Amino acid sequence: RARNLRSSSHLSPTSFTMFRPISSLFSLLPQTRYGLTAARTYATAATERTITMIPGDGIGPEISEAVMTIFKAAGAPIKWEVVNVNAETGVSDDVIKSVVKNKVGLKGPLGTPIGKGHMSLNLALRKKFNLYANVRPCLSIPGFKTRYDDVNTVVIRENTEGEYSGIENMPVPGVAQSIKIITYEASKRVAQYAFQYAVDNNRKKVTAVHKANIMKMSDGLFLKTCREVATQYPTIKYEEMMVDNTCMQLTLNPAKIDVMVLPNLYGDIVSDLCAGLIGGLGLTPSGNIGFNDTAIFEAVHGTAPDIAGQNKANPTALLLSAIMMLRHLGHHDIAGRIESATLSTIGEGKIITGDLGGKSSTTDFTNEICRKLKQ
Amino acid sequence: KTLSPHHLFVVHHPLPYHQIITYPKQMIRSLCASSTPLFRSSLSVPVLSRTLTYTQEATKKRVTLIPGDGIGPELVDSVLGVFGAAKVPVEWEIHHVHAPPPGSSGPQISQDVLTSIIRNKVALKGPFYTSSGVGAPSRNLELRKALDMYAHVIPAKHIDGIATRHSDLHVDIVVIRENTQGEYMGLEQELTPGVVQSLKITTRDSATRIAKYAFEYAKNEGRKTVTAIHKANIMKQTDGLFLECCREVAKDYPSITFNDMIIDNCCMQLVMKPQQFDVMVTPNLYGNLVTNVVSALVGGPGLTPGANVGGGLAVFEAGAHHVAADIAGHNKANPVGILLTSTLLLKHINLPKYAQLIEDAVHHVIKQKVLTADVGGSATTKQFTQAVIDRVNATKSS
Repeated sequence: RARNLRSSSHLSPTSFTMFRPISSLFSLLPQTRYGLTAARTYATAATERTITMIPGDGIGPEISEAVMTIFKAAGAPIKWEVVNVNAETGVSDDVIKSVVKNKVGLKGPLGTPIGKGHMSLNLALRKKFNLYANVRPCLSIPGFKTRYDDVNTVVIRENTEGEYSGIENMPVPGVAQSIKIITYEASKRVAQYAFQYAVDNNRKKVTAVHKANIMKMSDGLFLKTCREVATQYPTIKYEEMMVDNTCMQLTLNPAKIDVMVLPNLYGDIVSDLCAGLIGGLGLTPSGNIGFNDTAIFEAVHGTAPDIAGQNKANPTALLLSAIMMLRHLGHHDIAGRIESATLSTIGEGKIITGDLGGKSSTTDFTNEICRKLKQ
Repeated sequence: KTLSPHHLFVVHHPLPYHQIITYPKQMIRSLCASSTPLFRSSLSVPVLSRTLTYTQEATKKRVTLIPGDGIGPELVDSVLGVFGAAKVPVEWEIHHVHAPPPGSSGPQISQDVLTSIIRNKVALKGPFYTSSGVGAPSRNLELRKALDMYAHVIPAKHIDGIATRHSDLHVDIVVIRENTQGEYMGLEQELTPGVVQSLKITTRDSATRIAKYAFEYAKNEGRKTVTAIHKANIMKQTDGLFLECCREVAKDYPSITFNDMIIDNCCMQLVMKPQQFDVMVTPNLYGNLVTNVVSALVGGPGLTPGANVGGGLAVFEAGAHHVAADIAGHNKANPVGILLTSTLLLKHINLPKYAQLIEDAVHHVIKQKVLTADVGGSATTKQFTQAVIDRVNATKSS
């Protein structure tokens, strides 16, 4: 049963839609951890791909350096084009040109000046490239002990509308109002992405998270759209769960939850809740998917200005996001090697950075991973 | 302050002059001067009162009882059984509020129920199920708005004997959630086919009063920190207004530490380091999510008590109001939450001895490892209730 994935109504996350095999081959593909696509039969390891790298602020430059070093040690066919986004330049023209040309980017943490009135830089990137879905896979890292050791969820969050439309005003002094917009278009896009992701990554179930008993029309529309898209993917189990119950279930028993698709606000909250389950933002990768196969992968933690420049930062989040990116580009073997080197280093617990309870520096951690890769 | 055996209640509408009973002037002056609650205990819910013009000596206190949907009736039976065994001097006035017929609009809760609650000032209720889908209004929201119960208080405390992933941290958090506005306004419309808008409203008045309630509660319960939960970096005007009001009220309570946290970071911190939280004051939706996370931290939806307070009334219901329709009628529901809620109610109506008796019995039964299925045991609702009744009888006879 082949799926016609070249139809224009389907927005595919992969860069190589034309080469997708028929679905019966999916079972032969390796289970991916932080992958975005598994459906590739062509090796493109030979051709070097240019990727936009935005180091960011604070610890950004150090961790980007670490990632580039590790990729070189692994022999990844990636050429980095480093551009800068900061508070003065904002999202300048060369940044835009670079991302439009390369289509894939890796971004470090960007600081948002608080209370200055201008749009956050993260939001600016999101709007410029129409990054409509935010994907955050949360997997418990074996060997790194948290109170939860069986987390394996993926949060797919609608990234453009909902409560974050930014439409607010004060109609009367002392009364503030904020408008939440839900559209059929955006809900359909993100639902389709979520189901396709589930298919591509051998996931079993997609849960639509909502609060449609109270917000009947807005979340009701989101829910109806998810139901509609679910009928197009009969192999994936579909269920619906209220956001308060979802938070409860994630805190009680996260193993029961697989892929989730959510509107903007709930997605923000639930994705951070899931990050907390596996050990915090320092260990969580994230990817933003846009139109025309544009994708920007990022580390979602803050800029940590207090430890910036001291060689103490933990590059794991950016590294795991870069691994997600490698899989997006189809370099599964290299991604797998870097991933096992990273996870085993963390799992052994000997050479880890301060935030994970160790005493090593960024360079020590990086060198250990490179050493494992060279073995 | 020592209180006479006469029970003191806040009156919703002042009585005509000839019915006012005279009391020593000093007592009235001191009672009127303070706006602090009159009942003290570890789980009591203070009701902000202004003036007292009426006292009532009651041999039995009347309380409105609304069983609700799903597991509500079984849980309420459990409470009735335990209260009967303890011989609590409470007279129940039972009202049923049925599910709205599909496609209905307009008031779903009849005036009798509202009048009953206003008259009795205190009620105990089970969960109401609100279906998704246009045209089935939420009875919970309606009740809260009609009676202006603006504060939802959920004290969640670690229970000895229930093992959770966070047991060693002895979680003890009180969530005070704004109950009437925010995202739950129900102001939605379809702008064009496929585009729906929903309004979220925050007013200065409501934010100020919930903040004031939270700080008063913290002060009376001896709590040290109040944390405001918001998303003011994105929703600068609505949550920004909420945060600003909290900050203003905080200035009047210099002995209480005030800080704030963004909701997404808050959820992460709750699952990683819940011991840093004490009292949390939140707008409506974030309060709902935080309540659920906090209930899960102490063991599940069946364990937290709660109260809706405001307008001189208190309606008590279990904290995480899960209807649990899938286990309704199967004798599997966990009555710990509703029993602890009933002890809150007893403290509120100034029957602290009975409250302590029932609370101790529940804790004793849990320590004996008699637990329902949701917390890892195998007892049924009735078995658990019977164990509590037996313990109550044993304690009273000793």
